[in-house]
Amino acid sequence: MFRRLDATPGEIRFTFDGTEQIARPGDSVAVALLAAGEPSLRETPVSGAPRAPYCMMGVCFDCLVEIDGVGNRQACLTPVAEGMQVRRQRGARGVL
Amino acid sequence: MGYDLIVIGGGLVGGAIAWGAATKGASVALLDQGDIAYRAARGNFGLVWVQSKGAGMPAYAHWTRTSSELWPDLAGAMAGATGVDVALRQPGGLAFCLSDEEMASRTALLHRMHNESGDIGTRMLGRDEVRSMVPGLGDRVVGASFCPIDGHANPLYLLRALHAALLQHDGAYLPGRTVDAIDAAPHSFTVRCGAERFTCEKLVIAAGLGSRDLAPMVGLSMPVTPLRGQILVTERLRPFLDYATHVIRQTAEGSVMLGDSQEDVGFDTATSAMVMQDIAARNVAVFPALKDASIVRVWAALRVMSPDGFPIYEQSAQYPGAFATTCHSGVTLAGAHALALAPAILAGELPERFAPFSSRRFDVPSA
Repeated sequence: MFRRLDATPGEIRFTFDGTEQIARPGDSVAVALLAAGEPSLRETPVSGAPRAPYCMMGVCFDCLVEIDGVGNRQACLTPVAEGMQVRRQRGARGVL
Repeated sequence: MGYDLIVIGGGLVGGAIAWGAATKGASVALLDQGDIAYRAARGNFGLVWVQSKGAGMPAYAHWTRTSSELWPDLAGAMAGATGVDVALRQPGGLAFCLSDEEMASRTALLHRMHNESGDIGTRMLGRDEVRSMVPGLGDRVVGASFCPIDGHANPLYLLRALHAALLQHDGAYLPGRTVDAIDAAPHSFTVRCGAERFTCEKLVIAAGLGSRDLAPMVGLSMPVTPLRGQILVTERLRPFLDYATHVIRQTAEGSVMLGDSQEDVGFDTATSAMVMQDIAARNVAVFPALKDASIVRVWAALRVMSPDGFPIYEQSAQYPGAFATTCHSGVTLAGAHALALAPAILAGELPERFAPFSSRRFDVPSA
């Protein structure tokens, strides 16, 4: 669905639900996963409906994922880092 | 054409009285200032809190209990009339104690209130008992007081529902009105807002901090002053706390509100890092897991405080038909304001139970 305008050199390796993904330098987690063709990144707390990144500027909170064990991270505001472990967020984040 | 009742102040106090009167068939206008108002109603923490209300004034303790009992009717009426679920829950409330000194002073407070105002089931919980009720408590929590009739609700939904329900009873909600003057005669009032004139037989002053200047226009005294409170709000989290507590509340949507600071700083509505640090530190001591939660919003708002912190309800002796109503517990007392106070105002006389709330209690010269 999404196609990169140019091919920035370099690769960053991370995982999404345990599957290895390849991002480009400067990608946010949301950009990398949209470019990889992921149709949704989370399921809502109330109905469990799937949601995908929408505003891409930190406002809509529809791109929430778990990153390195911490839930409710905004994928659109988080730069991808080498070795990052990203997981689909299912429902609300729990802290207890 | 005049109104049976005009309420000045479209916050939770004025909104509850206006709606309550409209349901009794009165023609009602609710004059609201606008977004320049301080609007305690928009900064409220959202407790329907009984356990510590009214130490030193049993009439206030009993009035608070009345409101707690009437709240389910209010919430039901709001849902029925407007479809708005104000998220009332009354599972009981906890006040956590972080030291033996806090346990001792809380125990003394409850003992005193029990003797003054009667038993409502409030009791102290020790270290183990409170942990059996609430998961995730930090080691510093040595106990808590628990009151089975405490609860909480969403103040913003309540305000919206009160305004919408007023309209359904053919009441007039008139925003953007600043009252410049009131021409008063017994049972006849003309409220002047710019070039507009509104007339009525009965008038309620429920204008929060603005009441101080309005009350003397109808022979009343409402010497209220601001007391700032700051609130922190976390991201939405999986439900972990159903109980109301005086410093932390998880909303129906999962957000966690942290608060209960008290600062005498005049009309300054700014937030401050030091106070927010204190609020966060105390709550992390209670629930250590919150150290990982993100704060997504903070705000400050001004409580409306009378000199002794208790409400003022009074009919003007000089201009009968004019009533003073103010308190700092617009959510807790909403049930009583809508379903007990509003009918009394319409009847034209405040019953004996309201006598202790007269502003004459402030007239005693200090020794």
